[in-house]
Amino acid sequence: MFRLTESPRLSEFERKVLPHLDAAYNLARFLMRNEQDAEDVVQEAALRAFRFFDNFRGENSRAWFLRIVRNTSFTVLKKNRPDEMNIAFDEELHGGQTPPMDAGVALDRAQDRQTVRAAIEQLPPEFREAITLRELEGASYKEIADIAGVPIGTVMSRLARARQHLQGILSKTK
Amino acid sequence: MNHDEIRELLHAYADGELDLINAREIEQHLRRCDECRGAEEQIRALRQALTSDSPSYRAPAHLRRKIRAAVRREAKEKTFSPWLAFAVGAACAVIAIALVFFQTTRVSRENAIVDQVIANHVRSLLATHLVDIPSSDQHTVKPWFDGKIDFAPDVHDFATSGFPLVGGRLDYLDGKTVVALVYQRNKHPINVFIMPAAGSSDSSPALSTRRGYNILSWTHADMRYWAVSDLNETELRQFAELLIR
Repeated sequence: MFRLTESPRLSEFERKVLPHLDAAYNLARFLMRNEQDAEDVVQEAALRAFRFFDNFRGENSRAWFLRIVRNTSFTVLKKNRPDEMNIAFDEELHGGQTPPMDAGVALDRAQDRQTVRAAIEQLPPEFREAITLRELEGASYKEIADIAGVPIGTVMSRLARARQHLQGILSKTK
Repeated sequence: MNHDEIRELLHAYADGELDLINAREIEQHLRRCDECRGAEEQIRALRQALTSDSPSYRAPAHLRRKIRAAVRREAKEKTFSPWLAFAVGAACAVIAIALVFFQTTRVSRENAIVDQVIANHVRSLLATHLVDIPSSDQHTVKPWFDGKIDFAPDVHDFATSGFPLVGGRLDYLDGKTVVALVYQRNKHPINVFIMPAAGSSDSSPALSTRRGYNILSWTHADMRYWAVSDLNETELRQFAELLIR
């Protein structure tokens, strides 16, 4: 009845949020570990983002959208695959100590795409998240902390543990 | 910073997350400490290994289209603000309730008048008080109402059509004084009640049947009519046509 041909809200959303669909899908794909779930999560997250777009204050649309993608992913994981969530490394249990990288390992600097993807998928969800955001999306610690809703110190220790794991996996697969 | 503290910060250093002062301190330490230099080198090697063959996934084209369409659909649905939608909804509900209420009160009021019409008709027969002014002469009956009521009904004798005028009287209907004209069809008396209905549009005779009586009611020339009788519907309608003409 009062339909506008193109609402300014819609065009702003398409301009600010939709360019981050690749980043959103990449994060969801590594968190969910399959195409179909990743697509469902991203679509759901995009609609949610549009509904809550009025709450977006215009600071960092990528981090804002990725936080919704991340929360949607974890909600689905907790609901449908609670066993996967339990593998999560408990930061408190393992103390605040950052594990050292093994200096003696000779790691090939070139790794093919499939090997890297498979290696990341072996990590617990929180580590997959930290690694994807840091290494593949180039997010800063601050952004990762915002997206994951944890302190920067936690981001640092998750990254350190995730890298230690990956180093182990990749040097074995060689 | 000592060796352990530095090792804690190696990832942040490799990620370029340290401020200049801390970064410089670590650089100096790395020159002296083989272990830390080795670890830092491993972080860099791993980072390079991870991204060497760009393992990032890209959103499939069909997903982009799906999302774009879904958001546009949502945008059309949500052009209303929730408050506006609520206000419109509430207003519609109020109007609907008012209409239903108005309609039901109108219907029940209409029913109550029809009941009174029958009661008046029956009473007029029982009390042998059918007419106040017994006359088949319309020119006698019509002036009789003058001064008794504030409107002047048309009074006609339809004896030639088989509906002779018997007379007239005053009656009460819906709390108002009304004109009652009495006609006869063979042995069947017909009471016609007339009251003013200024502003009402004309309507054709509508039949109600109750307790064996037929009632036709209609509006004509700002007057409301009720014709009630134990006469059959067909003949009562013929009679109503005579009155309207």
